[in-house]
Amino acid sequence: MQIEKMLSEHKLLKEFKYDLKPIEKGYSNRTLYINLSDNTIESKPVTQFMKDKFVGGKGFGLYKLWNAVKPDTKWDDPENEIIMAPGPVCGITQYPGSGKTLVVSISPLTDQVIDSNVGGYVGPFIKFSGWDAVEIQGKAERDVIVIIDGNDGTVRIEEAPLEAIDGHVLGEQLTEMYAKDEDDRRNIAVVTAGTAAENTLIGLLNFTFFDTRRKKARLKQAGRGGIGTVFRNKNVKGVVVRFAGTNGNMNNVDDISPINAAGIRIHKQIDKLDDQQCRMRQIGTANIVEVMDAYDLLPTHNYQYGSHKDTVKINSHTFIKNYLKQNTPDGCWYGCSLSCAKAADDFVLESGPYKGDKVLVDGPEYETAAGCGSNIGLFDAHAILELNFYCDTYGIDTISFGTLTAFLMECYERGIINKEITGGLELTFGNKWAAYDLIHQMSRGEGFGKIAGQGIKRMKVLFAEQYGADINFLNDIGMEQKGLEYSEYMSKESLAQQGGYGLTNKGPQHDEAWLIFMDMVNNQIPTFEDKAEALHYFPMFRTWFGLCGFCKLPWNDTTPESNATADEPAKMPEHVQNYINIFNGVTGLNIDGTELIRQSERVYNFQRIFNIRLGKGLRVHDATPYRSAGPVTKEEYLSREERYDGQLVELIGLDPTSMSLEEKIAETRKYRENQYEMLTDAVYKRRGWTMNGVPTIEKLKDLGIDLPELLEVVKKHL
Amino acid sequence: MKVLKVAIEKCISCGACEEKCSTLYKKENSKDKSCIHINPRNGGRLINVCNQCGRCIDVCQTQALKRDASGIVRIDPKRCVGCLICVGFCPTYSMRQHDDYLVPFKCISCGQCVKVCEQGALVL
Repeated sequence: MQIEKMLSEHKLLKEFKYDLKPIEKGYSNRTLYINLSDNTIESKPVTQFMKDKFVGGKGFGLYKLWNAVKPDTKWDDPENEIIMAPGPVCGITQYPGSGKTLVVSISPLTDQVIDSNVGGYVGPFIKFSGWDAVEIQGKAERDVIVIIDGNDGTVRIEEAPLEAIDGHVLGEQLTEMYAKDEDDRRNIAVVTAGTAAENTLIGLLNFTFFDTRRKKARLKQAGRGGIGTVFRNKNVKGVVVRFAGTNGNMNNVDDISPINAAGIRIHKQIDKLDDQQCRMRQIGTANIVEVMDAYDLLPTHNYQYGSHKDTVKINSHTFIKNYLKQNTPDGCWYGCSLSCAKAADDFVLESGPYKGDKVLVDGPEYETAAGCGSNIGLFDAHAILELNFYCDTYGIDTISFGTLTAFLMECYERGIINKEITGGLELTFGNKWAAYDLIHQMSRGEGFGKIAGQGIKRMKVLFAEQYGADINFLNDIGMEQKGLEYSEYMSKESLAQQGGYGLTNKGPQHDEAWLIFMDMVNNQIPTFEDKAEALHYFPMFRTWFGLCGFCKLPWNDTTPESNATADEPAKMPEHVQNYINIFNGVTGLNIDGTELIRQSERVYNFQRIFNIRLGKGLRVHDATPYRSAGPVTKEEYLSREERYDGQLVELIGLDPTSMSLEEKIAETRKYRENQYEMLTDAVYKRRGWTMNGVPTIEKLKDLGIDLPELLEVVKKHL
Repeated sequence: MKVLKVAIEKCISCGACEEKCSTLYKKENSKDKSCIHINPRNGGRLINVCNQCGRCIDVCQTQALKRDASGIVRIDPKRCVGCLICVGFCPTYSMRQHDDYLVPFKCISCGQCVKVCEQGALVL
């Protein structure tokens, strides 16, 4: 369809003009508020209080959301917001991974706060356009797009009836529509969801960047927690940000020298070492498919097993050889020399509405290769990329889609659901056509896809209530916690990682802590106190990336040579110092490693209290499905019988030779569940929480966030 | 393609090339702002200057680096976003950067240093 025709059908609902002014030391010092119910557009000031207590990014998002919603607000209430916030460092170009945006909302999956971290050019362009956050509230009557022009100083809400909804089409349409000319397309960044985002609860947001080499809009995802579903529920089709004129000091930093020095140093390191280390420039995060398989950690057949004989068909070398042939490492923001963004060009689709089209597939990420691959028994690189493409363009999360499909396939193979219930879908492990049908049904909002799209938490209840399934068994094998589907690592043999998934704010996503190697492989954190310290430090340290606008990957997916002699190599001390130097260089502040952690602790505890205010956030919500901690079924136990039998002897003091299989499973379970409880005690203590998981008043005072509205929430639980 | 060639045995480290380059392009006599560097090495010296290999072109995301009609690698300051990847990835450490500028700089084989080198150590 012609762009002119689409534009002719636009109806301007509101235009807002604002003064352009330079950023000051990383802050624009104002946020943009948009209400789609009454088409209000306002500028709001960023206060010193906000900077002191929340820093920016996710911190600003949470603070805005706290003030926007009530304790009983649901995800689809008009007052729920979507906040997109770059942090103060976001937009520097000298250091890899410095263009991230944090998106915050109340999640349709978890009914509590979700935050999702995303690349692409949207966040930097929002900042350069004059805003430290964009806050979208209310619901439009009909589909709208929001256009922020950071050069003209305008924000517009326009009805847009004719544009596509699917991300890969809409991204191109809006890029072309709002670029002044062909070259200007690099100055356009777009937020989209997709058709399945409006029919499921697992919707995501695509954030684009224009790839000048391929001349295409690339899609990066704020994947977790269903924010794309909220976006479509608000009748937003897209958000467009235009900013021309990016240079090396848009942030008007306090001192550019430490930023330049850190940037050049790590660029050299990546150039020298990445080919021997993680190969992020060659294949991105999918480099670890075969590593996870080798360590028995690759989730296979709904997390029952950790490896498979056919993993070679979906390993990194297969993707490089057959699909990612261009060998042009891409960053999702300028300056990212780690360049994990990968694309399969001219990929020919074999199913669905775009069947036969040659498309660009952004990916696969490791999580997608595992979730839409081994976990659903699909050892077929083409099929993984097909599902990757459709998840992205339909606007749904590859992790939730993979994990819930794995759950369904196990339910199907165990006879818990059948063809009658699935409407004819033969959901056996490895049946790619059934997986394709499922995702296309999600796009159309039809059939069993509509049920599957509700997520595992709701499906468990449905299967128990309507089909007589054993809820206890479903709770054991359904890999969700707090309503969010697990990401793609096997945590059974790592107690610390069980906590890394379970003792999180938003649900089982590995972005807070990934401790499997430290714990299971290298045995660096043997005691409960060691594990608790790791489950304090790493979640806090990693939270900080989201306050500033950083990506986590250049922290520990490239290792400096100095690490060989570092005291605490798992922390990557040289890189931590880089981050401190850059933060201080941008803001003119003078934080050290201790204050860095305290900045995160303020926001982390605030988020915990926010969840408590929404009726969640307590110890009961940190319980995990048993499959994350141990073998649920006989087959799982037998697959690692030697290991589990050995543990009965060494850890529990039992003699497995005199026990039945059922007894061995039961004793193992009793032991492991107790271990998780003891870990929970140790972690809560280290974090300054009660044994019910509630931040104490002393802790809040110590952090300087003993604000009356927070005390009011925690006091009810003390 | 005219690539600056070095006859290192003739160099006496007088610094005339560095002075000429930095004053011509950066209006200041500063070795740190010169595209050509004379560095001490193993008791002798090494002249470090771009050999126009073009690796920087491959790693530049913004397509700010291109070869001109003569094959010389040039930076388009209007497209450059100052990410410094070209500086970090330059195999000969010849892409220059200075904190006074947002855009890196490099030898473009202009030949002005050749003219001031009385020893004949530089040849185009």
